[in-house]
Amino acid sequence: MSEQAADDISGTPAGGPRRLRPRPAVAETAAMRALLIATAIGFLGLFVVLPLVAVFVEALRRGIGHYLETFADPDTQAAIRLTLTVAAIAVPLNLVFGLSAAWAVAKFDFPGKSLLITLIDIPFSVSPVVSGLVFVLLFGAQGVLGPWLAAHDLQIVFAVPGIVLATVFVTVPYVARELIPLMQEQGVSEEEAALTLGASGLRTFLTVTLPNVKWALLYGVLLCNARAMGEFGAVSVVSGHVRGLTNTMPLHVEILYNEYNFVAAFAVASILAGLALVTLVAKSLLEWRYGDALGRSRLY
Amino acid sequence: MMSGDCRRVERPRRMTMLLLALGLAMTAGGGVPAAQAQSATLVNVSYDPTRELYRAINDAFAKEWRARTGQSVTVRTSHGGSGRQARAVIDGLDADVVTLALAGDIDAIARESRKLPAGWQARLPSNSSPYTSTIAFLVRKGNPKGIRDWDDLARPGIAVITPNPKTSGGARWNYLAAWAFELDRSGGDAGKAETLVGAIFRNVPVLDTGARGATTTFVQRGIGDVLITWENEAFLAEKEFGAGAFDIVYPSLSIVTEPPVALVDQVVDKRGTRAVAEAYLQFLYAPVAQRLMAAHFYRPARPEHADPADLARFGSPRLVTIDQVFGGWAKAQAEHFADGGVFDRIYQPGAPQGTRGTPSLRPGAATR
Repeated sequence: MSEQAADDISGTPAGGPRRLRPRPAVAETAAMRALLIATAIGFLGLFVVLPLVAVFVEALRRGIGHYLETFADPDTQAAIRLTLTVAAIAVPLNLVFGLSAAWAVAKFDFPGKSLLITLIDIPFSVSPVVSGLVFVLLFGAQGVLGPWLAAHDLQIVFAVPGIVLATVFVTVPYVARELIPLMQEQGVSEEEAALTLGASGLRTFLTVTLPNVKWALLYGVLLCNARAMGEFGAVSVVSGHVRGLTNTMPLHVEILYNEYNFVAAFAVASILAGLALVTLVAKSLLEWRYGDALGRSRLY
Repeated sequence: MMSGDCRRVERPRRMTMLLLALGLAMTAGGGVPAAQAQSATLVNVSYDPTRELYRAINDAFAKEWRARTGQSVTVRTSHGGSGRQARAVIDGLDADVVTLALAGDIDAIARESRKLPAGWQARLPSNSSPYTSTIAFLVRKGNPKGIRDWDDLARPGIAVITPNPKTSGGARWNYLAAWAFELDRSGGDAGKAETLVGAIFRNVPVLDTGARGATTTFVQRGIGDVLITWENEAFLAEKEFGAGAFDIVYPSLSIVTEPPVALVDQVVDKRGTRAVAEAYLQFLYAPVAQRLMAAHFYRPARPEHADPADLARFGSPRLVTIDQVFGGWAKAQAEHFADGGVFDRIYQPGAPQGTRGTPSLRPGAATR
């Protein structure tokens, strides 16, 4: 079909006695191809690779000793610990929620389904600052629940729970959004087959549904984790910026930078950038090792 | 296809287990350290430029407190625009002590959260201000635009950097100092003062939320011809980036800035930190701390404890106080910075009256 279409476009008389040979999908000249490739690489280099390299260059500007010294600072250690803690809470929560939401949306019909999809998308469309402010307005001392929380000596905003809440809020869509299109495309026939053969609902989910989406799920988790660790805006609003207590890594980078401590600022930034690189490498490895399975899950 | 998938079932399980284990390890390692019996933690919520000062003072205080009581104390600090910090305390940030840029912000905490009594400012010497400062200009090396006084900032083509008076205490002092200058020069004509201050703010390409943000805009990003800032911030920038990169210019008239400190009664009683928090505030008036303040370019309330060489660095513009010119913070705040006050009139485009065709100027507008 596409073979014929390509023939028609290139003006070859259809049905002529010609050898069957694969034709290139695009027929640009070599110069044009070189230009397109150079543009793409140049763009990537300028906007992705260069800033990333700059982070590491700045971090190592005064030698590896200075770089490592940054991490001896207890405030920096506390920031790293807090960020890891927050991610360790937010990511599993979103894994469970994202998987169940995607499963519900893709495999079942129920009233309010489109409302659920819209709700999942809200954190994408709301500015992170607003997401943070919502929690201050809800749980702050002057907020709706403020007096009740104060009476029970519960601290939500300007403490770790607030930071976790804000992070969970902004990362809600990542896992679900990665899974929904794939699961919808896969349909329910395999599950139906499993159920017909007598498998229980749970077994069907664990042995049919889950394996079918494993790569998309892992990819969603990687993205979710990167965002959870890197979130600045929403966390900034609910953090209070008390160093050693409520300061996450991205906030700590800003503080160090504002204190003219550029090496330390970029050193902490390099960890965040390193995380991005690890995510990238993990993704590439997955694609290389399990290209077929991933390719199938990328059909949508 | 089905069978192919079934064979791979084992792998994701292992992956899930790995992720789970990783998550657990992170949580286990990431717990917030529990308070030990022999140590206390104070939270000092401060304004923007005091980062270096309080790092030095906190160390000195911890040493002194340990020598006196045997208890180790960690003072945690948070820095940001003074108004924003006050807002955070009102919204529930548990600060044992607040050390903000101006009395008005602590008044706001007392008024809106009732976490400390309205008469807080009388509880410590010198209006609860262990040091004062003033407002000066930082210009590029050699002062290429010839900036000498407040009216130079209103000249067309001068790019002025100042933070936003709505969020920054320093910016409110900047604004009031300019106002006081024109009021003094014109013999008390508030209309002329409004014109001058309006013209200065029309020359501002970026309004940062705090003093340090404005300094980095001027110093690091190289935007603007002049930075209006705290004297201490100007000296610090000069020190950090080497003398010769910038010049400090004192206007003919400036304002005495009084950044006060206060105990947040409700928080220290809840956390049981009253004794150490009170000692911390008292310590700010002790010779050691007073000397450190002068070393960090603040004007100590008790200059006799400071190194005379540190004091000799300061310039001597004619200084007025907020009480003399504006009748105190409560009045200045209501008249100039409250919603619908003079600043809103000067600053917002298309205001109904009295703007004299002010061109649009939006917060955060990056370029002109």
